[in-house]
Amino acid sequence: MAKIATFLTMLAFWVLLSGMFDAFHFSLGVISCLLVTLFSHELLFYGDRKRSWVKGTLGVVLYFPWLFWQIVLANLQVAYIVLHPRMHDLIDPRLIRFKTFLKRPISKVTFAQSITLTPGTVTVNIHGDEFTVYALTRSAADSLPGEMERRVGRALEQTK
Amino acid sequence: MLWIAGFLVVAGIFFFAVGVLGVLRFPDFYTRLHAAGKCDSLAAVLVIFGIALYNLVDFSPLNLLVSLKILAIAAFVFVASPTATHAVTEAALIIGVEPWTKKDNPQ
Repeated sequence: MAKIATFLTMLAFWVLLSGMFDAFHFSLGVISCLLVTLFSHELLFYGDRKRSWVKGTLGVVLYFPWLFWQIVLANLQVAYIVLHPRMHDLIDPRLIRFKTFLKRPISKVTFAQSITLTPGTVTVNIHGDEFTVYALTRSAADSLPGEMERRVGRALEQTK
Repeated sequence: MLWIAGFLVVAGIFFFAVGVLGVLRFPDFYTRLHAAGKCDSLAAVLVIFGIALYNLVDFSPLNLLVSLKILAIAAFVFVASPTATHAVTEAALIIGVEPWTKKDNPQ
């Protein structure tokens, strides 16, 4: 199953990058994708088989629009702070630490990247399940872990 | 289509400008990193979306492929930008760059 998924992903990427559909180029693509799948199929889709593929994919697909909306909102907030004449009153940088309930490495990384992508917060480090986050304002610090962690959990963790 | 593309590119340039202003105005290394890394991520994605739409104005399958490639750049930026920010922040913390805090600057 993981092999087929890897092969199809690779082939879609090949077609996207090559853009040539004649027999010669396409068969080259199929051969390369088969080789890559053979060598490294356990790298792209791995881990527990208990989760269904459909559910996992759906969770990720639903997560991204929400993340993008959060990025837009937070960007407007940072833009407001940057353009404010008395900026030093608004910002209150601080280092915060919190523990996460996320277990899988992939969901921890997704959570960390999402924190960094939303302006106002940067993930400095992850040790085990402790996140170190550098926040630009008090409100940005208070909003963590919060809603984003729950959504990442719903998208990528096991639901049991 | 042309107008939406133009709007997206202009919005992206606005956020780039805010990012530059932020780098100039924020008080220390870490806060500057916020401005640089963040406004850039949204700005770059907006500009890339705008260019991808602009490329679709005269529609053909080949142009669609080119637009998808442009969107792939956005995906790479989304993965690479936070990783780089994280690496730079942690490096700064390790060598002991002092963060600016409110107490240092009472006005």
